[in-house]
Amino acid sequence: MSPVELAQKLKVRFGNLISEPKEFRGEITVELSDADVLAEVCAFAKTDLGFDFLVDITSIDNYGEDPRWTLVYHLYGLGHHGALRLKTAVSEELSEVLTVTGVWRTAEWHEREIFDMMGIRFRGHPDLRRILMWEGYPHYPLRKDFPLAGKPTEAPEIAFTEGAPEEGGPFVTVAGGKDAMSREPRARVPESAPADLSTGLEAKETPKQPETPGVETKEFI
Amino acid sequence: MATEIQYPDPAARLAAGAASPAADELPDMHGEKMVLNMGPSHPATHGVLRMVLELDGEIITKATPEVGYLHRGDEKIAENMTYTQFIPYTDRLDYLAPLANNVAYALAVEKLMGLEQALPPRCRYIRVICCELARVSAHLLGLGSFAMDVGALTVFLFTFTEREKIYNLIEALTGARLTTSYTRIGGLSRDLPPGWVGQCRQFLEEVVRNIDETEQLLSRNRIFVDRTREVGVISREAAIDFGLTGPNLRGSGVEHDLRKEHPYLVYDQLEFDVPVGSVGDCYDRYLVRIEEMRQSVRILRQCLEKIPGGADNAAGEPIDIPDGKTVLPSKHKVLTSMEELIHQFMLVTEGVNAPPGEVYFGAENPKGELGFYINSRGGGTPYRMKIRSPSFVNLSILSHLMPGHMVSDTVAIFGSLDFVMGECDR
Repeated sequence: MSPVELAQKLKVRFGNLISEPKEFRGEITVELSDADVLAEVCAFAKTDLGFDFLVDITSIDNYGEDPRWTLVYHLYGLGHHGALRLKTAVSEELSEVLTVTGVWRTAEWHEREIFDMMGIRFRGHPDLRRILMWEGYPHYPLRKDFPLAGKPTEAPEIAFTEGAPEEGGPFVTVAGGKDAMSREPRARVPESAPADLSTGLEAKETPKQPETPGVETKEFI
Repeated sequence: MATEIQYPDPAARLAAGAASPAADELPDMHGEKMVLNMGPSHPATHGVLRMVLELDGEIITKATPEVGYLHRGDEKIAENMTYTQFIPYTDRLDYLAPLANNVAYALAVEKLMGLEQALPPRCRYIRVICCELARVSAHLLGLGSFAMDVGALTVFLFTFTEREKIYNLIEALTGARLTTSYTRIGGLSRDLPPGWVGQCRQFLEEVVRNIDETEQLLSRNRIFVDRTREVGVISREAAIDFGLTGPNLRGSGVEHDLRKEHPYLVYDQLEFDVPVGSVGDCYDRYLVRIEEMRQSVRILRQCLEKIPGGADNAAGEPIDIPDGKTVLPSKHKVLTSMEELIHQFMLVTEGVNAPPGEVYFGAENPKGELGFYINSRGGGTPYRMKIRSPSFVNLSILSHLMPGHMVSDTVAIFGSLDFVMGECDR
């Protein structure tokens, strides 16, 4: 059975909660409009549709849009070799979704990572702790409003109090700048970040980008 | 206590059985449980993995892996640079097989751009050669250190001798031994150097002999077998449930290999077998890796035979997508032609022009399925890139696998799971 047919079966079972399957580069994506039934949908996909293998869970920060978070589940069936991408949106106020650890145990670490990096909580998770960052770290680094250079804190025992050792981190590429300095500033301070929380790099003041006619200036973040 | 813990390890089962009747009569014999911190800097953890082990005597009752000591924020970094600029960062994921990471990443971006079919055949063959050389290299190291951890130092010296030859080949091919950065979006950084195919053939002759010798040293070695057989048994169901991939999944008897099921590059035109285990213990995972190396050698031989353009590429087969808008044009053309100059400028300043959309591409890497999920909103930079690293997922089974084993089994289990922390922590 092809992934499209499997997606249609999912749609038959859950009706309007599941969007029409979308295809891009040979991959099938369906969106789930109500995150509350996520665990139910996943359990159905596993038991009835043969998606016994959870490849990955990812989160996306749609900064400035509502709902802010998108969760992306990559399902795979070892029996039928079909893959399906399941997406669902979660609002910033809620920032919480049901765990699927009861369906696939591999979800445990993926969900911990999302909690660690994005700050989305998983209801019913057996051990929701930070995984890559350390316990007590105050920020969520993969959020779009977290600057690449890191944020200082007032708590020296749990986090850096000033910019990271290689201050500014790797180069940022901003297309369309007039010279190398403006195209590749050492760090980009997001407009939304309050001055006191940013890296202390504003003293160096990255030059404002000129609006070059003909060259499209990209808005990042 | 005995009811809640299974004892997969025979020695542990014996020890627990001997202790339990006495436990009813002499409660003092069961003291407090001890917590042992293993790592983050421990020779058997192959990097910076920390295990918090709760011990009852010598038996592990609870194990908590702590990862993240090598976290560098690669996914965050990827959002801030063009697709091409991220290639060197992929070297540092699984740093035992950088070539395979380069290829997987390039294929993911090419999938997003819809260029899968446009890749020239010579490029595909060279990429398969890269992947399989990386697999042999990674498995040689994995086996060497696995054997060393359970007490067989000779194997380590044997496998490292061969690995050195691979590194020399990689150096001749890419100019670097470790940080290869060999692929480009839509091509390769350079063609095979003169004489390389001959050297590679010579190496394949030598490595099969070495693999045989390694197997003779280990497969019937009493100490090695005692320490690995029936130790760290992962059932088929558990392996799937915990999302294991690569040799660890196949060691448990699941025939899942992305090179067979979703062939990329030219894997569908090559003959090779996928070895699977039957028990799922450390010994099976070792056997699977040995056989995978032999299959890789088989693939390499076919590639060297069938590569379009032959060894020296006298016919001038392209190795890059020749549309001029994906890979940097040649310097000569940039200096003499307006069109190429513009393409060069756009590629360097803005990067390749990817369409909006999202793709996931998983490649069968030495450690398992290395996947890149790219969410693009158009342009030369990903909006979000997630790296699905096999080592991270493979390690998540530890807290389920460890309880009931002896402390000394941890090194055998670590060695057989064959993880790399650079990839796990990203």
